[in-house]
Amino acid sequence: MEALQNFFTYVQNNSDYITEATLQHLRIVLIVIAFATVTSVLLGVWIQTRPMARALVLSTASIFLTLPALALFALFIPIMGIGNPPAMLALWMYALLPILRNTVTGLDSVPPAVTESARGMGLTGTQRLLKVKLPLALPVIMAGVRVATLLTVGLAAIAVLVGGDGLGIFIRSGLSRNGLPNAAEQVWTGTVFIVALGLLLDLVLATFQRVATPRGLKV
Amino acid sequence: MSSQPKIHLDRVAKTYPGSRIPAVDELTLDVQEGEILVLVGPSGCGKSTTLRLINRMIEPSSGRIMLDGEDVTKANPDKLRRRIGYVIQQIGLFPHQTISQNIATVPKMLGWEKERIHERTEQLLTTVGLDPEQYRDRYPKELSGGQAQRVGVARALGADPDIMLMDEPFGAIDPITRERLQNEFLRLQEELRKTIVFVTHDIDEAIKMGDRIAILGERSTIRQIDTPERILAYPVDDFVDDFIGTGSTIKGLNFQQVSGLKIPDYPAISVSDDPQKGIAALQEAGREWLVLLDDQGRPARWLREDDLRGAAPGQYDGRGEELGDHLSPDDTLFHALELMVQSAAGKTCVVDEAGRFQGVVEMAHLNKAIRRAQYEARAHYEELERA
Repeated sequence: MEALQNFFTYVQNNSDYITEATLQHLRIVLIVIAFATVTSVLLGVWIQTRPMARALVLSTASIFLTLPALALFALFIPIMGIGNPPAMLALWMYALLPILRNTVTGLDSVPPAVTESARGMGLTGTQRLLKVKLPLALPVIMAGVRVATLLTVGLAAIAVLVGGDGLGIFIRSGLSRNGLPNAAEQVWTGTVFIVALGLLLDLVLATFQRVATPRGLKV
Repeated sequence: MSSQPKIHLDRVAKTYPGSRIPAVDELTLDVQEGEILVLVGPSGCGKSTTLRLINRMIEPSSGRIMLDGEDVTKANPDKLRRRIGYVIQQIGLFPHQTISQNIATVPKMLGWEKERIHERTEQLLTTVGLDPEQYRDRYPKELSGGQAQRVGVARALGADPDIMLMDEPFGAIDPITRERLQNEFLRLQEELRKTIVFVTHDIDEAIKMGDRIAILGERSTIRQIDTPERILAYPVDDFVDDFIGTGSTIKGLNFQQVSGLKIPDYPAISVSDDPQKGIAALQEAGREWLVLLDDQGRPARWLREDDLRGAAPGQYDGRGEELGDHLSPDDTLFHALELMVQSAAGKTCVVDEAGRFQGVVEMAHLNKAIRRAQYEARAHYEELERA
């Protein structure tokens, strides 16, 4: 009971600081997801019909996801220096796979009869993609974006290790000050706000997904 | 052929990469304006491939495709396809668009004005038998298979193309609905007079839908191309004969009408006549059955000589056998055959619009009609060979 009390007191006393860190965290996530979505969808569209490229790109993205974050940072710091950029690059690499895979799956799931009839009516390749295939794949792509977003919100906590900002600051500070006053509260603050941010973003995206799904596709 | 064919395939061939045997082997084919040409053949014969060569969904390896005398082999394929309606078995409606958006696809690409597109989609929905009020804002998943294919046809008709390509359009629809769609489509075609190439593997559908039928063998080679009547009357070889199957002669009866028969006089008496007159008529004609007419001259019953003995004028009630249904002059001989085999006398009466007795159709008449059709078809092919 007392621990909870202390936590709320800490949050209350540091609300400005927490708000700022949350916004920084959000900024990292939004930039990373925006870039990852654009690259993954473009790449996904390109590889979907090319079996060789598809195998290569998907396995590369899978390998990215298994790379240890710390090792990645170590690789990027000499090139990009410290701060948010190396962290965002690493997060971008992690966010690729869910969106990429769902883009490919979503495009795969477009019924062949639909693309066949679209072609038969004289829709050009671009029209088929923009007016038929992507709208039909959208719900699946959005599901990938949601997974990538949750992943990035959690992982963005380590940006602080390479001199970045965000809610990770609280966790690192708490860990390094283990045993000292407010150390546990700091770790909790970082964790709770990251989870809250993740849930909030997921809710926003879920709403967007519902609105963006054409009525004819809703079950 | 005096007029220019609407579609002309000139030695069109398709060989897929990695295969030495062509899927379509130097096919030359004319489709006349306003006709339904059915491509029919066993599965794998390349009939769908042939159809898809016309709108270049599949690019030909060699040969030329001419529409209205214009060589479109090298034309922009997307622009070409907007001129040609395309209907496939799986329909392929856009699930994320409403019915009217689906139908508006091609007009929209062609840059029609909104008002015109709206009018057109409403009109097309009515044409294919769907109430616009009820259906325009529905989504494809809210339709039954039959309704979806109606929309598929409406969408293909969207920008009023002269040419329609239909790949087993009614193949995935239950038999009752299929029959209804076929009939409606034929009625529609009466008005629209589109040039249609129709692919099916079902010979009965081919016979029903086709103005002409092309029976295709392996590699899409034409084994016989002609009107259904002539193909049924005179299959040129064993392949065609096998393909059209047993009963083809009987199916051919569908293409002849009762009015085309020469029917000789048949003995008949009126209810008010003396039975002796009937007996005399039977004996004179050397027949077993006589037709009894009511006082309006309508056929009432079959009578034998035995039934006549002991009867009195006006008192034939319950004597002899029932007649069953009658034929009218515009009924088909197939229908005549059906009635005949149900009738006690093995023959059936023909009546005019007022129901008055005109004569009797017998098996010998059908026999003669079939033999005449066969003779004419054979003569036609012999003439072709001489030419």
